Amino acid sequence: MIRSPRFWSWVAFGGGLLYFFIPLIGMFEFSLRARRGEYSFQAYTNVLSDPQFHQTFVYSAIMALFTIVFGVLIVTPTAFWVRLKLPRLRPIVEFITLLPLVIPPIVIVFGYIRLYNTSSWLPLTGSAFGTDILLMFGYATLALPYMYRAIDTGLRSIDVGTLTEAAQSLGAGWFTIITRLILPNVLVAVLSGAFLTFAIVIGEYVFAALLNRPAFGPYMVWMGGNKAYEPAALAVLAFAITWACMALIQLATRFSKHTRAQR
Amino acid sequence: MAFLTISHLEKSFGTTRVVKDFDLDIAKGEFVSLLGPSGCGKTTVLRMVAGFETPSQGAIRIDGKDVVGLRPNQRNIGMVFQAYALFPNLTVAQNVAFGMKVKGLPKAEIDARVTEMLGLIGLPTLGDRFPFQLSGGQQQRVALARALAVKPQVLLLDEPLSALDAKIRVSLRSEIREIQRRLGITTIFVTHDQEEALSMSDRIVVMNGGIAEQVGTPFEVYNRPATKFVANFVGTLNTFDAKVENASEGRISLDGVAMTLLAPFRDAPHVAIALRPEAVHLGRAEGREVVLPAMIEDVHFMGSVIRVRARVAGASVALDTFNRADSPPPAVGSTAEVSLSARDVIVLHA
Repeated sequence: MIRSPRFWSWVAFGGGLLYFFIPLIGMFEFSLRARRGEYSFQAYTNVLSDPQFHQTFVYSAIMALFTIVFGVLIVTPTAFWVRLKLPRLRPIVEFITLLPLVIPPIVIVFGYIRLYNTSSWLPLTGSAFGTDILLMFGYATLALPYMYRAIDTGLRSIDVGTLTEAAQSLGAGWFTIITRLILPNVLVAVLSGAFLTFAIVIGEYVFAALLNRPAFGPYMVWMGGNKAYEPAALAVLAFAITWACMALIQLATRFSKHTRAQR
Repeated sequence: MAFLTISHLEKSFGTTRVVKDFDLDIAKGEFVSLLGPSGCGKTTVLRMVAGFETPSQGAIRIDGKDVVGLRPNQRNIGMVFQAYALFPNLTVAQNVAFGMKVKGLPKAEIDARVTEMLGLIGLPTLGDRFPFQLSGGQQQRVALARALAVKPQVLLLDEPLSALDAKIRVSLRSEIREIQRRLGITTIFVTHDQEEALSMSDRIVVMNGGIAEQVGTPFEVYNRPATKFVANFVGTLNTFDAKVENASEGRISLDGVAMTLLAPFRDAPHVAIALRPEAVHLGRAEGREVVLPAMIEDVHFMGSVIRVRARVAGASVALDTFNRADSPPPAVGSTAEVSLSARDVIVLHA
């Protein structure tokens, strides 16, 4: 019997769903077994009531916010300028922004430590504040491929050149153009990049561990090495955070007022 | 005295000279169109006046002040773009107010001016709408209001009607012209549409290959084209190769029929002459001394006008005649006579 293409599409879709969800369901089920002989949210209660969870999560969330602000400030003008004035450099800039995906984080962080250790010209690792700044730079580097692509895609959806010229003819300078025209028009793209950055920073381990900062990533690894059910609960929570970020991207896109008609 | 002076303007991109030794004086309140085919340099001239391109050479003076060294936001110029270029994140009123906010004008003044501008363009109730909620014609009106709101010294229009459909284009061009006249603002209008340029402008600059081939009123450009390019580009033209009988007396013959031209021409065996479709009359007519036999090749009924294509003196000739209900157009393949006057003949110089 010959099946229709639609049938095989559903088979492929179902196979994909099982492939992704069976491990998750398994992990979730395991996280509920903290109490012998019954399902409970004991592991979640243990995790959520752990002061270290709060400290590390808040630390990572704050670092994520600073990383987002820093990333937006660096990437938006760069992507705007490349698109407006240096379109021939786009492939080079895109290549540079992809490097963090190719170079392992451990290489980057060792490079940072060599460059900014206490005996260097800029001893950032000499203080907790300096190390936090270095960590933020590292996070911004890790998020660069996602942030750049998100904002560049947003810029592609508007006529950057003509809008800029229109604003200039009305007397606007570069700061006004970027803050009052470009940024609001790529806000959805910026938010997409921001949420992706948030998800990356929350789960990041290598930078935080090697710079010895109290972040959520090292806490999850520490938990994984010392507890049985709590790491599974943490992993489920981390998934929930990531999914919440993705849902927020969708919401931001949906409620963007002035772009509603263009979708 | 000229309000806007462009002198010896040059622009090269790499080794390509896009604008060559361009000169133009525009009086205050004048509406000048830069007309030419794609790539003739008209938009580049406009962009140099706006400050978006830096001239390779030459000067641009507005009200006596050289503006070449000034950035676009320092020139006090209003510009309307082909693609409207309304800011999508701002409402109509916010778009119109944008330039005034940048200038730091008081809110009351901005609000009053926005109301005035929206009234001027006939959209007083649409201030709260976003650009995507407007039609193309409405968007371009808002773009015009936004450009005029800052009271610019010069208004630059870069093919503002090209993206609109035919009917709106016609109505909007008279609106733009009326607003320009009412405000008395010096305006440069770039277009490749000869009809727009002829109907709107005080003067037209016909450009080709980066140079101004002719500068003149629409009447001059249409009726007395300075070069063969202008004659061909502006309006429809019937061209003939006439035999020169006596150059000093202006006598030529076309298909054996003699005539005396008013315009001078070079002493050569032949001279290229041209006639507009409306200068060739189907049948004999008073005041048209030259009568030639014709064979009707095609008839296009265009409503009030009928355009007939006929073979005359070995050339395919277009001629226009008004539609009259009591006089049907000639049949294709029939023979007829056409008449013309030597005073309507345009001598084509290379």
